[in-house]
Amino acid sequence: MAIVGEYMGMALTIDDQDKENREFFNWCAKGEFRLQKGKKSGLLRYPPTTACPWTTDRDYDWVEVEGKGTVHSYVEVHHPIQPAFRDKVPYMILLVDLDTQKGEPSEHEAIRVAGNLVTPDGEFAEPETIKSVGIGTRVRMVFKQVTEGFSLPHWTIDQDAEQPISPWRYPQE
Amino acid sequence: MTLSSVTEFDADSPKFLRGKYAICGIGETTYRRGSEESTRNLATWAIKNAMDDAGIGSSDIDGMLSYSGNDSVHAPWVAGDLGIRLNFYMDVHGGGSSTEALIGIAIGVIEAGMCKTVAIYRAMNGYSQVRIGGTGARSAVPIVGDQIHNRAYGWQSAGQMFAPTFLRHMYDFGTTPEQVAAVKVAHSKHASNNPKAYYKNRVTVEDVVNSRIICKPLHLLDCCVETDNATCIIVTRIDRARDCKNPPAVIQSVVGRCCKPRIDMHYQHGPISTVAGHYAKNILWPNAGLGPEDVDVTGSYDAFTFTTMLQLEDYGFCKKGEGGDYVSSGAIELGGKRPNNTSGGHLCEGYTHGMNMVIENTRQLRGEVDDSCPIGPDGKRQHTHDYSEGGCRQVKNVEVTANLGWAMPGTGSAMVMAKDVR
Repeated sequence: MAIVGEYMGMALTIDDQDKENREFFNWCAKGEFRLQKGKKSGLLRYPPTTACPWTTDRDYDWVEVEGKGTVHSYVEVHHPIQPAFRDKVPYMILLVDLDTQKGEPSEHEAIRVAGNLVTPDGEFAEPETIKSVGIGTRVRMVFKQVTEGFSLPHWTIDQDAEQPISPWRYPQE
Repeated sequence: MTLSSVTEFDADSPKFLRGKYAICGIGETTYRRGSEESTRNLATWAIKNAMDDAGIGSSDIDGMLSYSGNDSVHAPWVAGDLGIRLNFYMDVHGGGSSTEALIGIAIGVIEAGMCKTVAIYRAMNGYSQVRIGGTGARSAVPIVGDQIHNRAYGWQSAGQMFAPTFLRHMYDFGTTPEQVAAVKVAHSKHASNNPKAYYKNRVTVEDVVNSRIICKPLHLLDCCVETDNATCIIVTRIDRARDCKNPPAVIQSVVGRCCKPRIDMHYQHGPISTVAGHYAKNILWPNAGLGPEDVDVTGSYDAFTFTTMLQLEDYGFCKKGEGGDYVSSGAIELGGKRPNNTSGGHLCEGYTHGMNMVIENTRQLRGEVDDSCPIGPDGKRQHTHDYSEGGCRQVKNVEVTANLGWAMPGTGSAMVMAKDVR
């Protein structure tokens, strides 16, 4: 049976045949951020793929990875497109460089993981919190359940990390 | 075994067809909101106009290509309507960057002997049916599998998907909102001299940066217009094109949907402030046998002000990181060194997924841009080259144009055209 979850009024579906996404989100539901690690290359990849982009190797293991990183860039939406997000604006989507494998296998590569900026409890961040986050902010991953066996990864400010004095933000507030 | 590297591009290969194919006909509908017509009707209207422009009939066209995101009409219906018997057709999935890519496909199928003359069209009710900005039908599509990694986060529309590249460019190079707003200012000036343009009013940098934020760094006026229209380009071999009514726009080089690495999720491979033009330029310029300094007019895709700036930079019209300076220097305005999107483009004329920029450059090469200049006794427009509001938009002595098509930061297409030299 396909996994179908209702999330913020949106129907999210993972088909039976989509083993890669099913496993990825299954691990998230267990509170673990796991990525595919190519057997030949030993390199992690995101989002799930069906082969290793560096070796074409189709064999991999799901390996737990620390959900910590630095904001590489972001999206701050003020005009919602999807009805589900109408009462959430402004909201942020963060593109986060994981600490793990940053700058590998080449200088400009990193595992860049998307997610909304949320509170430690998984609620959408308030406008004041949004204004404190930009390129350079240190964040940690939290999970939000969609349905049984299916959670989404999100990002929250890492309170234990050393933060930049002023992360880079778009100049117009 | 190692295949010859695709990164070491060999421009001397005999497969290049510089100067052997041309655009012989161009056609448009009006640019409107609320067409109250089917995409089928819009398509036949634009193709008919392109046939009239070329001075050819139904029996002269035997190939058809179209592209869409399930928001258009398939070629067999349109061909039937116009009495065209097809030797080849294909309806391709895709949006921006398809224009130049399909022109390349047309050249390929003609070269393969599959047909002789190809009409390429894009028909869309981008305002009144499937809104191109992403509201309505496009955001109601079920979210399945791979799409969960973006759409579930409210990361879906074009502006939302491209924003990390735009912001990172500002971070990496100090590009300012005011610099990029100059793209809209330039295109609005051009549109004020285009009777067909949907938005004909000139705007200032202040107008742009004071308009409301849609999704940082995009203000409302950094975003293109949503319109209902169809457009058509007819491609054929140069000798046939020379028999047509108007002078051919001769294709020198074409790049189709050239991609950055990891195109499944291109942000994995940085620098993310670099776009596909970085790779495409290595095909475009060697094949054309010239470089950016030889180009008189550009058509850099303006879904957003930022897309124009990023592409001009990565195709080498200025140094990497200096795109903000280049677009705000006056160079891209009519009367400047190298005007961009002289019709007003997607920001002002109408949204066509790239077609109207190729159509405009074809007109520039012909020296017959359809502005408000008076038509002389010979039936030709008497261009004044006075670019003040409501005036001329014909650039003087255009010999080479470049189109830079955009699908997203990771994918782009491009084409160089030149005036016919016999």
